[in-house]
Amino acid sequence: MSESKFDLVVVGSGPGGYVAAIRSAQLGMKTAIIEREHLGGICLNWGCIPTKALLRTADIYTLIKHADTFGIKVEGASVDLTKTVARSRQVAGQLSSGVQHLLKKNKVTVIDGHGKLAGKGKVEVTKDGKAVSTVTAQHIILATGARARTLPGLEPDGKLIWTYKEALVPDVMPKKLLVVGSGAIGIEFASFFNALGSDVTVVEVMDRILPVEDEEISAFAEKSFKKQGMTIHKGTTVSDLKKSGGKVTATFKDKKDKTSSDTFDRVILAVGIVGNVENIGLEDTKVKVEKTHVVVDEYSRTAEPGVYAIGDLTGPPWLAHKASHEGVICVEKIAGEKDVHPLDTGNIPGCTYCHPQVASVGLTEAAAKERGYEIKVGRFPFIGNGKAIALGEPEGLIKTIFDAKTGEMLGAHMVGAEVTELIQGYAIARQLETTELDLMHTVFPHPTLSEMMHESVLDAYGKAIHF
Amino acid sequence: MPITITMPALSPTMTEGKLANWQVKEGDTVAAGDVLAEIETDKATMEVEAVDEGTLGKILVEGGTENVAVNTPIAILLEEGEDASALEGYDAGSAPESKKNKSGDSSKKDETPKKKVDEAELEKAGTTEAAEVKGSSGPAPVTKEGERIFSSPLARRIAADEGLDLKAIKGSGPHGRIIKADVEKAIASGGAKAETAPKAAAAAQSAAPQSVTPPPAGEYEEIPLTSMRKTIARRLSEAKQTIPHFYLTIDCELDKLLAMRKELNARSDEYKISVNDFVIRASALALRKVPTANACWGGDKILQYKDVDISVAVAIDGGLITPVVRKADQKGLATISNEMKELADKAKAGKLKPEEYQGGCFSLSNLGMYGIREFSAVINPPQAAILAVGAGEMRPVVREGALAMATQMSVTLSCDHRVIDGALGAELLKHFKGYIEEPLTMML
Repeated sequence: MSESKFDLVVVGSGPGGYVAAIRSAQLGMKTAIIEREHLGGICLNWGCIPTKALLRTADIYTLIKHADTFGIKVEGASVDLTKTVARSRQVAGQLSSGVQHLLKKNKVTVIDGHGKLAGKGKVEVTKDGKAVSTVTAQHIILATGARARTLPGLEPDGKLIWTYKEALVPDVMPKKLLVVGSGAIGIEFASFFNALGSDVTVVEVMDRILPVEDEEISAFAEKSFKKQGMTIHKGTTVSDLKKSGGKVTATFKDKKDKTSSDTFDRVILAVGIVGNVENIGLEDTKVKVEKTHVVVDEYSRTAEPGVYAIGDLTGPPWLAHKASHEGVICVEKIAGEKDVHPLDTGNIPGCTYCHPQVASVGLTEAAAKERGYEIKVGRFPFIGNGKAIALGEPEGLIKTIFDAKTGEMLGAHMVGAEVTELIQGYAIARQLETTELDLMHTVFPHPTLSEMMHESVLDAYGKAIHF
Repeated sequence: MPITITMPALSPTMTEGKLANWQVKEGDTVAAGDVLAEIETDKATMEVEAVDEGTLGKILVEGGTENVAVNTPIAILLEEGEDASALEGYDAGSAPESKKNKSGDSSKKDETPKKKVDEAELEKAGTTEAAEVKGSSGPAPVTKEGERIFSSPLARRIAADEGLDLKAIKGSGPHGRIIKADVEKAIASGGAKAETAPKAAAAAQSAAPQSVTPPPAGEYEEIPLTSMRKTIARRLSEAKQTIPHFYLTIDCELDKLLAMRKELNARSDEYKISVNDFVIRASALALRKVPTANACWGGDKILQYKDVDISVAVAIDGGLITPVVRKADQKGLATISNEMKELADKAKAGKLKPEEYQGGCFSLSNLGMYGIREFSAVINPPQAAILAVGAGEMRPVVREGALAMATQMSVTLSCDHRVIDGALGAELLKHFKGYIEEPLTMML
């Protein structure tokens, strides 16, 4: 069993861990990263990236189905599921090896195995259940991520009842699919399978889909999904899943305790995540865990000196870009860099890549009102934008919320084509603390979808031109 | 090359002023020394003279514009042989931003000069300055030294709404940028209020925002504040709120002084010495005798003056001003008298130059001519004392156990206790009284 000494060790190589490791090495610290499975973590291998590859297929297929509108005749188009999945895996593989290259380039030692805290400044690495080495480091960053939550009675079996992992590599195209949970993960899979021809039903316990988004955006997206043929049950729980004859019969219960049932070929469970806090040696430390997530301060420090935690292992929002950013802040703080600032979670944009896409940053209208802000709300629909019409994407909405008193942009919420690429403009606006005036005076290029971002701000102050 | 004429600093402390009016118009030929415009500061109206000759090409800041920051381009002068076409594409100078005022409406006034600059500049490909001025929630503010304060637009807006001085706020954003959280912290801690924080108040040369009290019931006429009124309000509020005042009153017999004055004035027509001239000289000599009282508060130190310069309050239309008789301890009564007369005339005409009213170690305020028996005055910062002089009048006095009549004058000295203690102030007054009652000693 070998021993080695580092300045900083990261456990887990997802978007939080590998970014932290690279930044650490850049700042001159001798750095190691411990990964038990794939470099790049869930994000690259089983999350963000491969789903985007699948959704690209869905988008192209949808476009081809409407090719006639654009003056193109396409006959006999069909989806090859095997090829679609293979492409998605190839994309993930390419990026994972890209991470390997980046770590090597930055002279980060990659240790293959499962890392676990083993006393002050020590991490024990095991491989296939056997201890292979002990790594010592003054600073240890835990970035072990999270996994799908399972509910009692709704356990995945990997065959008929899937989690995100099986859903990413489907062997068959389910004719009839049930998606439990309408958060970002559930809705993206629902959108993908729906586009490829599945009969999709989405069940959501809350009274609206995409519950973290602004209510107006949720309602807009729901209408759009229903138009595409999705069935959506809100305020409904799945009380039972019964497997028989290669099919699953689900029992639904609504708010009035009225039950109903339906039979599906496959079920995807997407009811949230739990932090991977087990088996990483937290038991003998002062590290605090609340609701399966590690408690940290604004610089990702746990209650145990020298132990830090970032990303999904810690509190929300559980997003790859939040993890990466936390990793950088954590490492820079450790290295004693100047001008290190805590992350303002109010400035972290969130994106969902369903069709139509959804993106947002900051407070929803309801949250802004709840906090006592007197607000001004601007809206601009895609139908008023030249580029959107030219693209054949006239459905969508950009909504902005301002503090009437100070002109602070409290939140921005979008639904429609390419909004996940647009939201960054508003994220910068929030980070730089612009007011409505700065946004009004900013020139947006014509013709672009981004012009709607301008018009929405103008509308909040009654100055919209094109609507 | 056209020459940019900028807003001049008429005094070392001037940061902005009112461009009262233009004496020339666009197209006029001007020679060096010609009066171009009149600038009104908080103290006086001054003339701006042309340094170069040429033709006035363009007026960038209209007459009547208030709060024009020092160094803001106000006009463009064309040199000989140049015509208006030289103006095209001419950059009126990377104009330092006009100083951001704290109250919302005056920031609008601020924009007038900038707009003018923009018009000249935007003809050519927009400069970044022009874009910046147009774009944000008020321009990036600058410190008195002209250094830019990095702050977010939102932080600036909230600070302006709350009347906070950004200079007094420490930024916690990237590179010390002031962000919303910093301003909110300042609000929560009650700090950085432009009108209460002594440091900020001392630094703030622009009119401080005053809390608006609801108007009294009944009809009233709204009288806009003049620059002078704003300055009086700001400086004297600051003085009375931050300087620990105390007051010493003493009676001086004037009979000998009056006799001497009569005699002196009878000798020549070249001067007409007033009682006040005697008071100026007596104060100056007393301060020379008690040099520790000829000082002011310097925060972490006391600054003791080397010269004895006496500021004399002169009532003028719409307020008052304090021209300074320099080195009054070294000047004879006739010199003081003539100088004072000239200063008072200039003051009343609004033509005092900054060096004629700035500085001064000690102030005199005389209301004797109005029959005021005695009063206490507010110290004129940064000075540490002011002498309030009442009327000379016949009063019964007890002399050697018997009632007698004498001409008496009561004076009250207001002292800054941080600099002048009771005994020191009393000693100063003792010497003053000595000179007034035995005016011959003033001749030594």
